[in-house]
Amino acid sequence: MIWLSINGERKPVDVAPDTPLLWVLRDVLQLTGTKFGCGIAQCGACTVHLDGQPVRSCMLPVGGIGDKAVTTIEAIGQTPNGAKVQKAWLDLEVIQCGYCQSGQIMSATALLNTIPAPDDADIDAAMAGNICRCGTYVRIRQAIKNAAAEA
Amino acid sequence: MLPATPPSRRALLAAAGGAAFVVGFHVPRAGGSRAADGGEFAPNAFIRIDRQGDVTLIMPQVEMGQGTYTSIPMILAEELDAAWGSVKLEHAPPDEKLYANPLLGMQATGNSNSIRAFWTPLRKAGAGARAVLVEAAANGWGVQPADCRAQDSQVIHQASGRKIAYGDLVGRAAAIPVPTDPPLKDPKDFTLIGRPLHRLDTPDKSNGKAAYGIDALPAGVKFATLAASPVLGGKVVKVDDANAKTIPGVRQVVVLDDLVAVVGDHMWAAKSGLDALDITWDDGANAAVSTDEIWSRLRKASERDGAVAKDVGDAHRALSDGDVFTAAYEEPLLAHACMEPMNCTVHVTPGAAEVWVGTQVIVRVQNAVAAGAGVPVDKVMVNNHLIGGGFGRRLEPDMALSAARIAAHVDGPVKVVWTREEDIRHDIYRPAYHDILSARLSGDRIVGWKHKVTGSAVMARFAPPFFQKGVDPDGVDSAVDMPYDIPDLRVEFVREEPPGIVTGFWRGVGPNNNVFAIESFIDELARKAGKDPVAFRRANLDKAPRLLAALDLVASKSGWGDPLPARVGRGVAVQVAFASFIATVVEAEVDEAGEILLRRINTAVDAGTVVNPDTVVAQLQGGLIFGLTAALYGGVTLEKGRVQQSNFHDYRILRMDQVPPIAVHLIRNGEAPGGIGETGTTASIPSLRNAIYAATGVALRRMPIDRGLLAKGASA
Repeated sequence: MIWLSINGERKPVDVAPDTPLLWVLRDVLQLTGTKFGCGIAQCGACTVHLDGQPVRSCMLPVGGIGDKAVTTIEAIGQTPNGAKVQKAWLDLEVIQCGYCQSGQIMSATALLNTIPAPDDADIDAAMAGNICRCGTYVRIRQAIKNAAAEA
Repeated sequence: MLPATPPSRRALLAAAGGAAFVVGFHVPRAGGSRAADGGEFAPNAFIRIDRQGDVTLIMPQVEMGQGTYTSIPMILAEELDAAWGSVKLEHAPPDEKLYANPLLGMQATGNSNSIRAFWTPLRKAGAGARAVLVEAAANGWGVQPADCRAQDSQVIHQASGRKIAYGDLVGRAAAIPVPTDPPLKDPKDFTLIGRPLHRLDTPDKSNGKAAYGIDALPAGVKFATLAASPVLGGKVVKVDDANAKTIPGVRQVVVLDDLVAVVGDHMWAAKSGLDALDITWDDGANAAVSTDEIWSRLRKASERDGAVAKDVGDAHRALSDGDVFTAAYEEPLLAHACMEPMNCTVHVTPGAAEVWVGTQVIVRVQNAVAAGAGVPVDKVMVNNHLIGGGFGRRLEPDMALSAARIAAHVDGPVKVVWTREEDIRHDIYRPAYHDILSARLSGDRIVGWKHKVTGSAVMARFAPPFFQKGVDPDGVDSAVDMPYDIPDLRVEFVREEPPGIVTGFWRGVGPNNNVFAIESFIDELARKAGKDPVAFRRANLDKAPRLLAALDLVASKSGWGDPLPARVGRGVAVQVAFASFIATVVEAEVDEAGEILLRRINTAVDAGTVVNPDTVVAQLQGGLIFGLTAALYGGVTLEKGRVQQSNFHDYRILRMDQVPPIAVHLIRNGEAPGGIGETGTTASIPSLRNAIYAATGVALRRMPIDRGLLAKGASA
């Protein structure tokens, strides 16, 4: 049995230690807000936070997580920057199909956690790992700036 | 750059309780008639009002990002005078009689026509319901309906100020016949249509609550992933599953004639199990297919005379003498690469099946599952979902068919999820096209024109009745109705089906290919005529005033003609596609290695009457990027019958750091609504191509862009 700290709760999961966190979240714990896009850390749809840092859960074996705190899209709104990012996303209507947006919001929140007022280069660096097939990038960039401007 | 979105609006919606997005599933009563039990007023298939006053709107078109689950409710609520803040939404069930798209003749969402197809029917549906509710209220008060009006889900008697809520009219309304041709609102009285309202589907998409097909978790569900024959038409010879069965969580291996699936406790178990199988395939007849073969067959076929799609004047005569200019353009096979990989969850029980999926064609899914599971069609219940990217891929039911065939061997529900590799390698691909264009100039006027399109006829497979006399109407869309005023014009179509793959619709469909070919050729003609590309287009667009207005607007907004640094160019493209008029200017730089840097994009859009202007802007922004991805990276290739690309490292998608500012300029008027979802994709490919032409002088004639031709010093 592996114990994980997910969104502030300790949860036991009965899976092999090499199982990526993504599938534990989605298929075992039924937290389906975190999405499967590529399985090889190319698209960022599966981004979650591990002790506040953005990680690609599709390549993160649960056996190595230990006591680190996992935060997913379902709980990011309970953090100040997560709430700001979600609000900026909705105010600007960033979202189209929405499938990648859990990952986009997790990456954007992590960016604001480290750089409170990111410039375009910071945004490029933090967000280039998150693919959006609908092409919402123009609005994502603006929404990050709007969220940062929200005191 | 973005339209102003007053912050007060969402606050206002929130204060009103917010529109509830209910992904409900409800089996409508036969004919969609009014509720027999009197508990609801259901005047048609799209509206239900219950005694509590809840207004539920049933969505005949699916939500795949294009904003339909906001724009369609806006149309219904506008004419119904429903309180916008409290409407609830439901996915429509499969029912072609009730929910067929009037323009497509089937229950399908595609061709950028949701608003065009449902604009009038849904206005009538809303207005008819409103007329009945007003009459019911007037009868109760003993006054004339003409002395009453409706607003915010209630009827008001103007003289007395008396009000009654829709919920309190349900019983009486059910007894009143619904008018088939009710008076519609004067557009000047619209309170919802034309305003940039917030979307109803996005709050749940920002917090992980939204349910896509891949998120379905019926009780007891197991998880599966599959390997289809790597070569189309290949068969399984044998499978050694000894290692797979030792993997914890693997429950079952399902071997069918053309695919193998592993079922497990979760996707990782299934995938690990699949990876551990030793499968021997018989590749079959397509074992040697390569992209080279596909291209050589296409080019050879293009030498044939085509079926005539349009013939005005005498193009042969016009092109028989003088200085005739001819060029050929090619577009590659493309994958859709929806962010939500193909998936379908099926539960087969004796004689019946239940399905959870996100699809653009719910009736086709129902039929596919019936066939795959061997149960009657009317015993297949389909729960549709939000779609994590459609782009035409989910106009196909293949993922439901294979899931049903697998589920027929599994006890309980099974969710079949394709890996990204399977998704890219077993797509139904955008056809490759070879277009030959010929034209003759007289000064700056085009006086003769011939356009021969050679490619796969998607329509002949997808909807055979639309394929008539050898012409695929999609294959020549935006070619037969191209906007330039040319007296002698001929368009032909040569059908040539590629071996080894199946072709299908892809965002932008036929116009994608034709606008690329035409607008690339127009730029080359302009250069031949010694004219500026905008001036040359203006000279030949005299019978297309709406397009001309868009061209003038985008030329002004883009600073057309202003000086640019070396190896930076502006490219323009105009199009009439999906009944919208669009002119686009891309500004791009080509560095010395031939790499392309996008600097900025301006597009001017006349889509006639607009339901939600912010959605139109969003669709253009995203659609342009979708096209740029194709121009810069798109291309599926085959070797030994196998698709060579597999995931986002070798089937690349444009990323944040590559996307320039995009300004969308809306031209508002009261013309009939035009389509918008695919227009940006069609617009950006030729605009970028022409920007590169301006920057380097290199006339690219094939997509995707070959950087080798653009490096400084490369021979063009």
